[in-house]
Amino acid sequence: MKRYVVLLACDPGDWASASPAVQQEYFDAHQAFERYVDAHGRRISSAPLAGADTATTLRHADGSLTVTDGPFVESVEQVAGYYDVELPDLDSAIAAGRLLPASYAVEIRPTVTIEGYEPA
Amino acid sequence: MIVGAETALETVVREEWGRLTSLLLAQFRRLDLVEDALGDAVEAATRHWPVSGAPDNPAGWLLTTARRRILDRLRGEAMAHRKAPLLVTEAVGREEGLRAMADPGGLVEDDLLRLVLMCTHPALAPESASALTLRMVLGISTHDIARLFLVSEPTAAARITRAKKKIVAAGIPFGVLAADALPERLETVAQTAYLAFTAGYAPGSGADLLRADLAGEAIRLVRVVRDLRPQEPAPVALLALMLLQHSRRDARVDADGRLVLLDDQDRGRWRHDEIDEAVALLADPVLAGPLTPLVASYVVQARIAAEHARAPSAGETSWERIVALYDLLLQLTGSPGARLARAVAVAEASGPAAGLVALEGIEIPGSHRVAAVRAELLARAGDTARAVVAYDEALELCRNEAERAHLLERRDRAALPGR
Repeated sequence: MKRYVVLLACDPGDWASASPAVQQEYFDAHQAFERYVDAHGRRISSAPLAGADTATTLRHADGSLTVTDGPFVESVEQVAGYYDVELPDLDSAIAAGRLLPASYAVEIRPTVTIEGYEPA
Repeated sequence: MIVGAETALETVVREEWGRLTSLLLAQFRRLDLVEDALGDAVEAATRHWPVSGAPDNPAGWLLTTARRRILDRLRGEAMAHRKAPLLVTEAVGREEGLRAMADPGGLVEDDLLRLVLMCTHPALAPESASALTLRMVLGISTHDIARLFLVSEPTAAARITRAKKKIVAAGIPFGVLAADALPERLETVAQTAYLAFTAGYAPGSGADLLRADLAGEAIRLVRVVRDLRPQEPAPVALLALMLLQHSRRDARVDADGRLVLLDDQDRGRWRHDEIDEAVALLADPVLAGPLTPLVASYVVQARIAAEHARAPSAGETSWERIVALYDLLLQLTGSPGARLARAVAVAEASGPAAGLVALEGIEIPGSHRVAAVRAELLARAGDTARAVVAYDEALELCRNEAERAHLLERRDRAALPGR
């Protein structure tokens, strides 16, 4: 089993303007994804994220911390949620990701363990 | 004796590299070790075989030697308590498969298919996948891969390394797909092979002919895949298309390295055995069923090439049939390259004025080809002034020496008064 974080990006306007019927299609798609993951692996965690306009970014520059309003990168597509899952391989992760709403861009990132690091 | 050993080694590397790689991957699941170990085994063979003679089973010798190398490395790692990432395989399925299948030969072939599917995975960058596939499946040297893609050897090596890293890190499986997923993935295999093939025909400098030979290696890749899954249409269609294009390689460039256009090629120098094989492939029943747009476009392009190949002379080409085939192709792909080729066929079938009309609105940014065709058609229509302007436009964009020389010659001929 491999662990993947599946990042979901979409145009935030899509959801805001979706009719109840379209919203139900989104829900169905997410449930299809979740059922696929449950059948082939394991869900570790997931969350929808508040809009990127609520994001706060911290960066260290010249020895001091700057706190700025907004996400890492400003773009039309914003990370809107994530799944942290365990699946056998990339093909099954692609098969699961294919079930998510068609308006999403889905980024599948394998996780790594950092050698020598023990979480506190 | 020495010659015999060298030939035996060349043959086994050429014919068995992919199978050896896939067997070692299935056993050890270590993408980082297998290629090096096999390379070491070949190197050992170049030292031992000329002295003691080629072994009775050259492939078995290489496999055993490579296995020993890998085991040595694994022992070293175990002592250092290092853990390297393994390829994802269907471990459970394999054991069941081993019990269920009486024929071990079939399993080996499945390992080879696993290797091809892994190397051509759509999650890999196409140029990396092409380089990796040529290296892992066909055993082509990094040096030759670099020459094929017109990049430096370190660049070619970096592409292969990047692809291997991604396979292990992202969990691209070394596995055989469900039957319903296979056709789609075989299309990616076909695109990967075709990318390598067309790279061999991309205008380079100097040793063009040698690179056409490397393009032929992509044909070998398609043959491997077709032999593994003969009932799948994508490899059959692509093999036909490649063979027809490749059959003209000896006639494409003249003794001085200048490009020879289709019309002026010596048809006696075309490889008629390859043309015959391609024409037979086009009649294969697997191409009779419903085809995906990609496979259908390979078939139509192959039929167009076959029309040229079967015409006894340029003048006897059936341009009407070719225009009809291009009309079919444009329903499958709206690519400007296909529209441009159709315009050329229209001009041949119905005259330069009709060709110029068909050319309207076609744009290929950064390419000289549209301007070059327009220039040629204007010159044929007798519009010398506009032809020269169009030739200049084409020359402005053209970067290839052989093609530039050709365009210059055509422009000067068009500009001659009282032509």
